[in-house]
Amino acid sequence: MSAPGDTRAPEATDGGGRSGGPPVQPSLGVLGWARFVWRQLTSMRTALFLLLLLAVAAIPGSTFPQRSIDAARTAQWISDHPTAGPILDDLGFFEVYASPWFAAIYLLLFVSLIGCVVPRTRVHWRQVRSVPPRAPRRLERLPAHREVVVDGTPEEVRERLRGALRRRRYRVHAHDDTSLSGEKGYLKETGNLVFHVALVGVLVGVAWGHLLGWRGDVIVPVGSTFANTLSRYDTFSPGPWVDPNDLDPYTLRLDRMDVAFETEDTGPGQFGQPRDFRASTTFTDGDGTERSEEIAVNHPLETGDGTVFLLGNGYAPRVTVRDAEGTVIYSDATAFLPEDNFYTSVGAVKVPGAVPEPLGFAGFFLPTGVIDDERGPHSVFPDTLDPQLALTAFEGELFPGGRPQSVYTLDTEAMEPLPGDEADQLRILLRPGETFELPGDRGSITFDGVERFAGLSIRTDPGKTLTLVAALTSLTGLVASLVVRRRRLFVRVGPADEAGRTVVAVGGLAKDDDEGMDDELAAVLTTDEGPR
Amino acid sequence: MTETTFAQLSTLSAYSAIGVLTLAMIAYAFYLARLAPARDERREQEAARRATPERELVGVGGGADQDHEADRAGAAGPTSEMPVESAGARKAAGIGWTLTLLGTVLVVAAVALRAAEVHRWPLGNMYEFALVGSMFTLLAYVGWSFRRDLRWLGVFVVVPVLVVLGTAETVWYTEASQLMPSLQSVWLAIHVTVATVAVAIFTIGAALGGLYLVQDRIEARGGTRSFMARLPSARALERLSYMTHVVAFPLWTFTVIVGAIWARQAWGAYWNWDPKEVWSFVIWVVYAAYLHARATTGWKRQNATWIALAGFVCVVLNFAVVNVYFVGQHSYSGL
Repeated sequence: MSAPGDTRAPEATDGGGRSGGPPVQPSLGVLGWARFVWRQLTSMRTALFLLLLLAVAAIPGSTFPQRSIDAARTAQWISDHPTAGPILDDLGFFEVYASPWFAAIYLLLFVSLIGCVVPRTRVHWRQVRSVPPRAPRRLERLPAHREVVVDGTPEEVRERLRGALRRRRYRVHAHDDTSLSGEKGYLKETGNLVFHVALVGVLVGVAWGHLLGWRGDVIVPVGSTFANTLSRYDTFSPGPWVDPNDLDPYTLRLDRMDVAFETEDTGPGQFGQPRDFRASTTFTDGDGTERSEEIAVNHPLETGDGTVFLLGNGYAPRVTVRDAEGTVIYSDATAFLPEDNFYTSVGAVKVPGAVPEPLGFAGFFLPTGVIDDERGPHSVFPDTLDPQLALTAFEGELFPGGRPQSVYTLDTEAMEPLPGDEADQLRILLRPGETFELPGDRGSITFDGVERFAGLSIRTDPGKTLTLVAALTSLTGLVASLVVRRRRLFVRVGPADEAGRTVVAVGGLAKDDDEGMDDELAAVLTTDEGPR
Repeated sequence: MTETTFAQLSTLSAYSAIGVLTLAMIAYAFYLARLAPARDERREQEAARRATPERELVGVGGGADQDHEADRAGAAGPTSEMPVESAGARKAAGIGWTLTLLGTVLVVAAVALRAAEVHRWPLGNMYEFALVGSMFTLLAYVGWSFRRDLRWLGVFVVVPVLVVLGTAETVWYTEASQLMPSLQSVWLAIHVTVATVAVAIFTIGAALGGLYLVQDRIEARGGTRSFMARLPSARALERLSYMTHVVAFPLWTFTVIVGAIWARQAWGAYWNWDPKEVWSFVIWVVYAAYLHARATTGWKRQNATWIALAGFVCVVLNFAVVNVYFVGQHSYSGL
């Protein structure tokens, strides 16, 4: 995270908190202990340990399914592993990035970072405003050193070198008549500090977005209109500080949904892959102004209150259920949820108004249907080449105990399957336009046709701008801290044996291991020996 | 030309590159073998080594002067301090270098032909990442070689490239295909290209880091008669390794930031802890730890380098394992 030359002061200079060894004083007292702990925490050793720990702690989030990403897969994993599942669940392995231990690591890391950056900023501030230190008495003791004899009096030579150093952007100060002290590369430490402070900005931006952001998902079939109110969302997850009733009153009508799938490339894993999803919509804002908007993957719609992303799509078969007299008791485009790449979709049609008892249908919608013994009903292509609806029918109580349930599944706990002719259970297979007469005067079910639906996700993240700006600032600081070299250069002049000549000694001191210091000295002297 | 022709030419070019680079590898290996000092030479050399105790110079800023010389000696081949390399060695290195250049041109051609075949930026699946990654690794090596004598590094760059190219053609090969909607974005060209460049440079950094650790152990033992004696000193190798990481780390940071921008555009959230994001983060943190460890006085350079190598293990896992076996939104391997 930081630049070379990073010696965290407390570790290097402090006796009490020095790595591992017992504190010097036998009794520290509360304040002493607090100071000891603080120094331990802000030491580079701890920071390094926390960094590596953070890396290790992040890994389980990629190996175990995460509830926030795929709740169904997480639940499946836990039920597949009855012993390990619940234990790991208690330990937070399915929500790693929201777990207390993960938070503990990065918060400690940030405390350590602040505890390091604040004193360093003070030191750096003082250094930036001070003049370079006095030249050491013996320049030949410096790691890089050169001595030459040149024409000119010591005064002239010194002035020439002063110019040379200034041109090379050294801050130059003469502590006495025969020497010069130059320093440059303050930007290195500045960049280093900016990098670290900006990381705090990233964290603040993330937290801000978490507290004040929200997201809602909704499935909109073609021809339907979505109104931006809380009740219209299928799911809505607001941040803790969000008022979910305060949404901008806009509406969005899905006029058309265009999809394209791979039909030419029959290579493995390519046939039937999605190539384009495009939703043509009519957006009506709060004061009634309409405009046409296209939403596509990678091309979201900014509404001013949330951004609309097209994240999913699928099919909503239009189903009509009639009672024995032929009265329509249910007619709707009902979204079925795609389960695989070929859009084998599952869903349920719930008819509470049916007599004598409420009816429920559950099963598959297949855009290009095939039913075989091995895999059951499934689709072999994502587009509607041969749409089929394969359903089983149940009757009984649709919502036992009033428990909330998914619209895509049927809770058959309090229901009985309708009996079939040969099979033990009634199986219905419909193509568009076909009607199936339900046994025992229960009416009929008709598959009228199929619409596409758009899975829209509407989200706001007020912290994202801060996060982005902070991240880019931190990158800038990082580059400065890695590229800029902090150098001190000292010059001492004195009369040579021959009259009119001067002995020039230059010595260089780099803040860290600096390959170019020697060339730098040569360059400074060459500038001096140039045209005169 | 038709797309099929482009496809055939691209594959032909890649296979030719594998052949040419294999020969380059042999030539470079021969060069190193010929570099090993002769018996009497070795004795002289050890005497010289004792005279200039390099390891003691590791102290704060110690002896930049000698150090610089040592570095030059290592990097620039024959100097007054180094016995002149044999004609055979020089010839082998020359052949290795020419073949590497040819191999690089062939890989560049394979990438360009692939792009012509698929009519898009050729970074849409794992095969293409591997191909372009090999190209950038070779380009980085060749480009750097114009500034420094890196013939000794040749074999350590060509071998990983060969492994990746070979695996790409045999295991990861994917027929040309168009992209799924989430990949159709200008960010593909920016995010994935920079990521691939960063990985290429990390690869060279890891090779240098590994060489440093070996050289360091040899120096601690008091020298060797193997070719390692003719490679740059441990200190110089460590510094070269650090330099490459200093270039690659900001590139990786940029990759992660741009990836976040694109993720927001395509998936609605800039950070979703997708497995690929997790591993990119892990890589970033591990290399950050490396830079910290290296900057800390009191931390051994060896230990810091081990952290960098751990970072490279994460890079490899992120590519070879996460792409294929982990369930996530970055499932673009095409396998």
